[in-house]
Amino acid sequence: MLTIKNLKANIENKEILKGINLQVNAGETYAIMGPNGSGKSTLASVLAGKEGYEVTSGEVIYEGENLLDLSPEDRARKGIFLAFQYPVEIPGVSITNFMKTSINEIRKYNGQEPMNAVDFLKLLKDKAALVELDTKMTKRFVNVGFSGGEKKRNEIFQLAMLDPKLSILDETDSGLDIDALKIVADGVNKLRNKSNAFIVITHYQRLLNYIVPDFVHVLHDGKIVRSGGKDLALHLEEYGYDWVKEENKKAVTS
Amino acid sequence: MANTTLEKNNFKENIIKEFKKFENHLNSSSLVALHDLRKDALKHFDTLGFPDRKDEEWKYTNTDLITKHDFHQDFSINTTSLYAKEIKKFFIPELDANIAVLVNGKYSDDLSNIKDDSNKIYISSFKEVRKKHSDIFNTHFAKYADYKTNSFTALNTAFACDSIFIYVPDGNKIKDPVIILNISDTKKPNTLLQPRNLIISGKDSSVTLIDLNYTVGNNHSLNNTVTEIFADKNSELNLYKIQSEGDKSFHIGTTQVHQEEYSKFNSATISWGGSITRNNLNSLLNGEGCECNFDGAFVLSGNQHVDNHTLVDHAVPNCQSNEFYKGILGDNSVGVFNGKIIVRKDAQKTNAYQSNKNILLTKTAAMNSKPQLEIFADDVRCSHGATTGQLNEDELFYLRTRGIDKKEARITLLFAFASEIIQKIKVEPLKNILFDMLHNKLKKGS
Repeated sequence: MLTIKNLKANIENKEILKGINLQVNAGETYAIMGPNGSGKSTLASVLAGKEGYEVTSGEVIYEGENLLDLSPEDRARKGIFLAFQYPVEIPGVSITNFMKTSINEIRKYNGQEPMNAVDFLKLLKDKAALVELDTKMTKRFVNVGFSGGEKKRNEIFQLAMLDPKLSILDETDSGLDIDALKIVADGVNKLRNKSNAFIVITHYQRLLNYIVPDFVHVLHDGKIVRSGGKDLALHLEEYGYDWVKEENKKAVTS
Repeated sequence: MANTTLEKNNFKENIIKEFKKFENHLNSSSLVALHDLRKDALKHFDTLGFPDRKDEEWKYTNTDLITKHDFHQDFSINTTSLYAKEIKKFFIPELDANIAVLVNGKYSDDLSNIKDDSNKIYISSFKEVRKKHSDIFNTHFAKYADYKTNSFTALNTAFACDSIFIYVPDGNKIKDPVIILNISDTKKPNTLLQPRNLIISGKDSSVTLIDLNYTVGNNHSLNNTVTEIFADKNSELNLYKIQSEGDKSFHIGTTQVHQEEYSKFNSATISWGGSITRNNLNSLLNGEGCECNFDGAFVLSGNQHVDNHTLVDHAVPNCQSNEFYKGILGDNSVGVFNGKIIVRKDAQKTNAYQSNKNILLTKTAAMNSKPQLEIFADDVRCSHGATTGQLNEDELFYLRTRGIDKKEARITLLFAFASEIIQKIKVEPLKNILFDMLHNKLKKGS
């Protein structure tokens, strides 16, 4: 589905990603772990198309197309979804209207008619139930006055509404208490299927108890330095990131 | 420079000369008191002349750009210069309302549609006033809008003629709004129109007014409107003004409100039409317990210029006022918000709040935001805030990651920004057309 080859990216002339290689296949879930400042969120931003990042080399092929040539909206329309670490507040725009616009823009792009009101409301209700979001919340302005947990739940709700092929969850666990974490993880697990893929970016192993990954990659200093199965996450939980950093240092100096 | 001054004087001298012509067209039975006022106002206009930018009140709006044109008022105008079908498009669908139509400042009996409810509300041209309510008219006319210091008001007062008089007697609560459809018919070049309205809401009464400003035709016009409003004790008056005139329209609108005890005045001033627009909105809080709310939104493109010039005069204790203006400025447009709040020495326990927020869409658009607080009492709560910035990039990106294209995302955010003002309007069918108009304006402009 997605192939990242030797991806390097700068912010304001500072190199953050220093050659990332990653293969993502349908039906699988990938955890990307790493200490603060390792480039996890930068990777998510570059994949979603945020401005201000300069890709200096490498390529990202998504379903046979060069992803980096596409605008953020076209990436979304082709099935890429980013759940934000810090969801943005949009005063004046209700969640319902936001999702209606979003779904119909995606449908328009794919040559489909706008969704009729009855179908839309049914979808809204079903997906709200999936992430245990009170439908009254959908009448409120996007993320305005939401708690941290509500914001993250709203991200997963949007994910459920748009049914993307590739979802990137950027530190969705940060700021969540254990109950909220379970609800969010539960929602994600229900959405996992053979034809979609998830990249779960996290600092902590905790989330991975609930969203069990097929692969774990450890990002350090802009590179993937270790890859393994779900056991790698447990190892990191126990021993922290220092041994990864040490090993990486040795590798660089030798 | 010398040239502009010369042209400006030409316009001024020409209008003064036209006063004779105007007098000839007046019905000889015109109210004598009214005509004395006109002559006095003309004298003041002659002395005052048009303001220039040295005048602090006109610092950000250059009237030379207006007065370099030589405008003419058509005194003989037959109000059927427009046909019902030409103005039908300006009506608000699904709204039960009394509709008073002004064509170039003159009340049109043919085009207006006043439902027979005259015991509860009285709506007529000035001409009809003297038959029924001349005492009320004389008590209030030209008592609030000051023609002795304001030259546009002086000019308007000098030519005050057949505009609208609305009177809601004590205790009457009027359910259906009154639409004042103020049309500039610019089929003839350089049309000057000077609507002059007087609105009285009696004690314990309530009424909602919708002031719609539209243009027919494609020539330059100058709409110099003055509306005086008297809100008697415990009355509630809503005034929604929509400036939707054509690209070549100049608009100087002055609304002067006088509020008595426990009266409540709510207004929304929405501007997205016109070339140069000045919305003067002033209220004198003259009795304790008054509430005064000024809301406004303006959405500008091209070379449009809109100046919202407000004054809330807290003359007595225990009143509150709120001002909330929002602007979106595209292309080379210029916006002005000048919000003056006076709290007089005796006006203790005043609560005055003012906010102005603007979004600039281009580097060439400009906004001048000027709060002016003059506080002479010591036990008051006054606050004000002004922000001018760009569209928030993070919000834009967030919407785009959900498949909404850049243009649509911009429109969505701008719509949300401006709709906060429209949302507060209490007449649903009006809200609906304003939302449509806002959407269309944003679609064209961004």
